Amino acid sequence: MSNEATLHSQQEVMHGAHDHHDHEHHHEGSFISKYVFSMDHKMIAKQFLITGIVWAIIGAFFSVLFRLQLGFPDATFPWLESILGHWAKGGRISAEAYYALVTMHGTILVFFVLTAGLSGTFSNLLIPLQVGARDMASPFMNCLSYWFFFLASLVMMASLFVQTGPASGGWTMYPPLSALGDASIGSKVGVDLWLTSMALFVVSQLLGGLNYISTLLNMRTKGMAMTKMPLTIWSFFFTAVLGVLSFPVLLSGFILLLMDRHAGTSFYLSDIFIAGKALANEGGSAILYQHLFWFLGHPEVYIIILPAMGMVSEVLAVSARKPIFGYLAMIGSLFAICILAFLVWAHHMFVTGLNPFLGAFFVLLTLLIAVPSAIKVFNWITTIWKGNINFTPASLFSIGFVSTFISGGLTGIWLGNSSIDIHLHDTMFVIAHFHIVMGVSAFFGMFAGIYHWFPKMYGRFMNQTIGYIHFWVTMIGAYLIFWPMHYEGMAGMPRRYYDVSGWASFKQFGGLNEFITIVVILVFAVQLLFVFNFFYSIFKGRKMTTQNPWNATTLEWTTPIHAGHGNWPGEIPEVYRWAYDYSKDGRDFIPQTEPIGPNESAH
Amino acid sequence: MDTMTLEQRKKIHPHKYSLWIAMGSITMMFIGFTSAYIVKRSQANWLAFELPHIFWLSTAIILTSSLTVHLALKQFKERNMQRYKQLITLTAILGVAFAVCQWIGFSQMKNMGLPLNGPVSASFIYVIVGVHMLHVLGGVVALLIMFGRAYRTRVRTYSPVPIEVAATYWHFVDVLWIYLLIFLSIAR
Repeated sequence: MSNEATLHSQQEVMHGAHDHHDHEHHHEGSFISKYVFSMDHKMIAKQFLITGIVWAIIGAFFSVLFRLQLGFPDATFPWLESILGHWAKGGRISAEAYYALVTMHGTILVFFVLTAGLSGTFSNLLIPLQVGARDMASPFMNCLSYWFFFLASLVMMASLFVQTGPASGGWTMYPPLSALGDASIGSKVGVDLWLTSMALFVVSQLLGGLNYISTLLNMRTKGMAMTKMPLTIWSFFFTAVLGVLSFPVLLSGFILLLMDRHAGTSFYLSDIFIAGKALANEGGSAILYQHLFWFLGHPEVYIIILPAMGMVSEVLAVSARKPIFGYLAMIGSLFAICILAFLVWAHHMFVTGLNPFLGAFFVLLTLLIAVPSAIKVFNWITTIWKGNINFTPASLFSIGFVSTFISGGLTGIWLGNSSIDIHLHDTMFVIAHFHIVMGVSAFFGMFAGIYHWFPKMYGRFMNQTIGYIHFWVTMIGAYLIFWPMHYEGMAGMPRRYYDVSGWASFKQFGGLNEFITIVVILVFAVQLLFVFNFFYSIFKGRKMTTQNPWNATTLEWTTPIHAGHGNWPGEIPEVYRWAYDYSKDGRDFIPQTEPIGPNESAH
Repeated sequence: MDTMTLEQRKKIHPHKYSLWIAMGSITMMFIGFTSAYIVKRSQANWLAFELPHIFWLSTAIILTSSLTVHLALKQFKERNMQRYKQLITLTAILGVAFAVCQWIGFSQMKNMGLPLNGPVSASFIYVIVGVHMLHVLGGVVALLIMFGRAYRTRVRTYSPVPIEVAATYWHFVDVLWIYLLIFLSIAR
């Protein structure tokens, strides 16, 4: 196989002068080369996943902290002072700490968990396994991709511990607040660390994305035509394309911001007074940053949701024992979302003084996204329609994904209209919308992926009972947390405010905010239960005894239970059919590796 | 479809494929810069000025270096290793000379009263040209690695892929510079 030849030639390059190993026995490296600087895509996937889990715990814990402030603005919690020190004097989170927590919650969850932790994990794990490749196009670059992410993580983590605190101007880091160190305590060295960390993060994403694309376009096994690939691979493909094209633009925006901060340039700054003193900066435009940021920022939300969509499609078909409904329509709608993603960024900027005439085009393009999204939703529902569903935790989370994607997507149609957005902009309605459609949905997709492919990663199963508790509490909790926020937002309650109890019109939500906070704490506790289940099952979970526990058709289940580097001990299997031959011709499933019989028609 | 994908698999080496995607990615970064430039130019307080003349010299240098790297690739394929080493060394030197010229251009701009923290139109030149310069220097580093490999005695590589990748990247930063020069000359 040419794949094999490629992998071997790379090892030749990597090992340099070392002797050539016998490739029939995949070499067991030292601890360092196996677990730390591993070049095996499966190990790198686990590294991304576990780093993502650590970040998710930190990011979610931050939300618990600021929800305490929102839910109980007058209460004091002495234990807060013992963990946050002077940021929570007397047990009440200070305003500066609150903004820092909100900013870091957004940054961590959007970039470190739902971008690196989600597509980093599953693109790495599934692309070579499902297209039939021994490893990524460049395992070395893949390893670099993780370590750049790790470096970015270290820098971001360090920023939490500096004297003036981390960046706290909101996860979008809008200038002029973020560009002027004197503007606020959260705009000092924290922002420099934030920008450094994000630059490293962009490098990591680009290295990863390049690899994903060239692997899945170039290294598919014999017979694996593009139209025979599982939808997971299609979604990872479009995710990587979005990332490769939009992250560099974000980087250029960050470079200009760094210049404004340190070289005295005025890309984003003009006519600014700080503490009564006029700054020399002239001729800049703060809106310019928003254009550059949202040119990434909007594709970014699809970078988050597309992998979840792909995995949900796969898990739903497997657990309903039915072929995916409208395979080509699924690919077409992924493609349409990918194109539209680049054409709607200004809908984040309706209130910046954008020309209303221009706004109308962005409204139209934004609402157009509803079409491919609806196609996907209908296809998922028709896939499970009258199916013989195995309600595993993975399939429950997939069904939960479809539910939250619908209810969060519908409010997107509200916000996409510039006239309604003027009222709802920067209110809790927006928080409710994007947390349901992007945060919760993407997490559900990720959970579905983890429960479904955990056996492939560790050769053991996760505990089902804890899985069911995890699903139901998270599902109900997510709606209890975010549904009421729609009402708060429609009443005009702003997001990011430290304390809204001073306004009579928002004071009415005092009880509601308390309720939300209590549910947040409960849901957070259940996520910790999931983390426990994850780590416990790695070591003590029920052992996998068959190669293909879910009776799935795809290639990853043809590898040994503990596959070595190179995935298949012998030849890479050849593929003859698409990935969704379930309940066909009286058979429960037909693997992709089985030739099409003489009396059989391809799908 | 199947035979087509099979042939394709043989035709493009994954590293070359990755390089093409990376070049698309770098292009997007400069599209980001230049579109920010266009947006900014249409607003008030835009100061137009002429680019430093030394940028034309640096253009000539980088065009020459594209030629030398092309010849180096040819010599490598014909196994004229001595000529190959000379040519990649020359290319790397030209790359450094290009960066020096850009740097001189910066100091000329400074002397013209257009420092980095001056008018936005000048700041853009510094940033765009500076980031491009870093990409050229990245290419120089790649050539130095090639150079080290060529002098390695224990392992000999006969695969032209690494030098092909480096050469393609080199042509890319060249073309990118031509685009930037034309863009910055026209959109003043």
